[in-house]
Amino acid sequence: MKKVMMGNHAISYGATLSRVQVISAYPITPQTQVVELLSEIVADQKLKAEFIKVESEHSAMAACIGASSAGARAFTATSAQGLALMHELLHWAAGARLPIVMADVNRAMAPPWTIWTDQNDSLSQRDTGWMQFYCQSNQEVLDSVIMAYKVAEKVLMPAMIVLDAFSLSHTYETVDIPDQALVDRYLPPFDFKYKLDVNDPHTYGGLTTPDWYMEFRIKMHEAMDQALVEIKKEAVEFEKVFGRRYDPVEPYMTEDADIVLVTSGTAASTARFAVDQMRRKGKRVGNLRVRTLRPFPFADIREHLKNAKKIAIIDRNISYGYHGIFAQEIKSALYGHSKAPVFNFIAGLGGRDIFPETIMNIVADVKKMKKPEQDLYWVEVKR
Amino acid sequence: MKPTLPLDELMSPGHLACQGCGAGIAMRTSLKALGHDTMFTFPACCWTVIDGPFPYSCLELPLLHMAFEATAATASGIKAAMRALGKDKTTICGWAGDGGTFDIGIQALSGAAERNDDIFYFCYDNEAYMNTGIQRSGATPYGAWTTTTPVKHFKKEVKKSIDDIVAAHKVPYQATASVAYPEDLYKKLVKAKEIRGFKFIHILAPCPPGWKARPEDTVKLARLAVQTGIFPVYEVEAGKYAQTMKTPSRKPVLEYLKLQGRFKHLKEEDVAEIQKIVDLRYAELEKRFQG
Amino acid sequence: MAKDRKKIEFQKLGELPPMVQSLRSMAANPTGSWRTLKPVIDPANCIQCTICWKFCPDAAIDWVDDNPAINLDFCKGCGICAEECPKKCIAMVKEGK
Repeated sequence: MKKVMMGNHAISYGATLSRVQVISAYPITPQTQVVELLSEIVADQKLKAEFIKVESEHSAMAACIGASSAGARAFTATSAQGLALMHELLHWAAGARLPIVMADVNRAMAPPWTIWTDQNDSLSQRDTGWMQFYCQSNQEVLDSVIMAYKVAEKVLMPAMIVLDAFSLSHTYETVDIPDQALVDRYLPPFDFKYKLDVNDPHTYGGLTTPDWYMEFRIKMHEAMDQALVEIKKEAVEFEKVFGRRYDPVEPYMTEDADIVLVTSGTAASTARFAVDQMRRKGKRVGNLRVRTLRPFPFADIREHLKNAKKIAIIDRNISYGYHGIFAQEIKSALYGHSKAPVFNFIAGLGGRDIFPETIMNIVADVKKMKKPEQDLYWVEVKR
Repeated sequence: MKPTLPLDELMSPGHLACQGCGAGIAMRTSLKALGHDTMFTFPACCWTVIDGPFPYSCLELPLLHMAFEATAATASGIKAAMRALGKDKTTICGWAGDGGTFDIGIQALSGAAERNDDIFYFCYDNEAYMNTGIQRSGATPYGAWTTTTPVKHFKKEVKKSIDDIVAAHKVPYQATASVAYPEDLYKKLVKAKEIRGFKFIHILAPCPPGWKARPEDTVKLARLAVQTGIFPVYEVEAGKYAQTMKTPSRKPVLEYLKLQGRFKHLKEEDVAEIQKIVDLRYAELEKRFQG
Repeated sequence: MAKDRKKIEFQKLGELPPMVQSLRSMAANPTGSWRTLKPVIDPANCIQCTICWKFCPDAAIDWVDDNPAINLDFCKGCGICAEECPKKCIAMVKEGK
């Protein structure tokens, strides 16, 4: 069934179709509609789930950890400050190997107070052991929730669905809501082998000495490697059932491109539009969208950037005193594999729009330069 | 004589509690009442260590170790899952120390109490951060030495009244207990198990190293705390207070204080001050006991 | 979890569960070696009141055939049993004598 909906509601429908059993959430702009719709769906008994309306994001994640440990499919959604408040427990969820799925509406961090988008909130959680999927459409948001549970429950690692504040969260798009029967066929019920069980009691997460701590970290790392394999497998499986495909990276006209833009989130769909415009004028430009930041698709990135003569990475984030964070990641993937100069552009922080013209100007700038003269370029700033 | 408590043990020996640990008695007694259809979550606390290192545990019940401030919310999450999975009968317990309850975990505690989530919240209170080496907490009483309230600057603030804070949430059941009276604790838990909603159990659990007391005095101290009125033992059921261990003639607080090195620096006037604090608090409670 | 007294000896990564999970009881950890004083019950004076059993923080006193039996594999020698015994029939005796 097709319906016009905001990105936040796409999350709610994704969670509902995934038959989540415990929802625990705290309101934060711009995530609120996610939990509002879910509250209604649960109250109307259209979804058989427990909804705990907690007193903080920290408790939201704590309750998800409790619920998931007890064997329930658990869900939450948050943004920015809320995600930061959860930080400690993001490590906990991953370390406890709980396949919790969470939506994070990308909002810039305060101060100063802001509610608009950028990626510094989710990227600050990069090393917590959560998979991260950066979405570019409301359809992808809905689909990703379902796919994320499939992968997370296979490898026992949590997953974060990331969408831009307002440019997705509050933007209405046509979304195909898949049939419940199809989703049920695709996503089996969560059957957790390591759940809290009075008939087979175990303690989880107890004190672990240096003798074994590291080995459990290897296991997490290997689970993430396996997650990449599963994400690719599920891209195919999902397409078979639903007719839509989501790969860890999405190339667009990269094969013959002299300049390849690397983007994520909604900046990627803008970039594609800009690429079309530029192609019409005969410019050999392509775009590579990074959908999956963790696990990081090293090989795919190398493959799709191997023909690029110049690479322009647009980061809607900044690691102060360093570069954009996607730029760091991609440069490390290319090290020793590519001689193409890498240009890093910081754009759209705190919700500043990234227009097609913004991207075309970036390409024009890159065209003029042989190699980057600066470590990074701030885009459309008032100097 | 017949044992006054069930013989079944759901806590194995071999755990890592210090000699004479009050928290050990608190757990052992509680488990006898809670029984095998019970799950726990612990935050960081002495019991994180007592339980034992990977791959061991002294509990024969499912247990989820969790972050310091998350006890109540985690228990709420476990409960929600059990309800969703159709296993609503299982008793879900958060089990935290005083630091995890009075201080860092109070927000989650308040949240779960306000939502009236159907869980037990246990606070075994040894009146300081003992696991990290005896630092003062909101539960440390006036006059006590800790490593962060050294003798020269002993604790000048009174113990936070966590029971009143919980009572302000109008929870269906709450009780205080002392490890010196295991039958009283047992009875309260057996009763509370049948009550739906939030249950708060606050157990005074003396700590020999932290209180600088002899390990053999643990039970004696837990008893004196009640007999002096320092730690009145009562329950509140649907708002109605009842003193379950009566203390018609209270002993002077000095009898309790003098057995503990953490109070040995106190001068006569300090002891008098403590007596005053205790008397005031006791009078306040007494009014509630009398309805 | 079996009350197995055997220690678990993992050799390598593949033997571990995915997350830290307990697989044995702490009964594999005899804490009797912590003890410097050993409780000795004088059965002639014991009135089987169960007080020593009830207050043991270590579950190291078993109640066997209506009598307390101290499990010296685990008793840490705290002395609560001796202190609380109403008949004073438990003596704390120095270890190694």
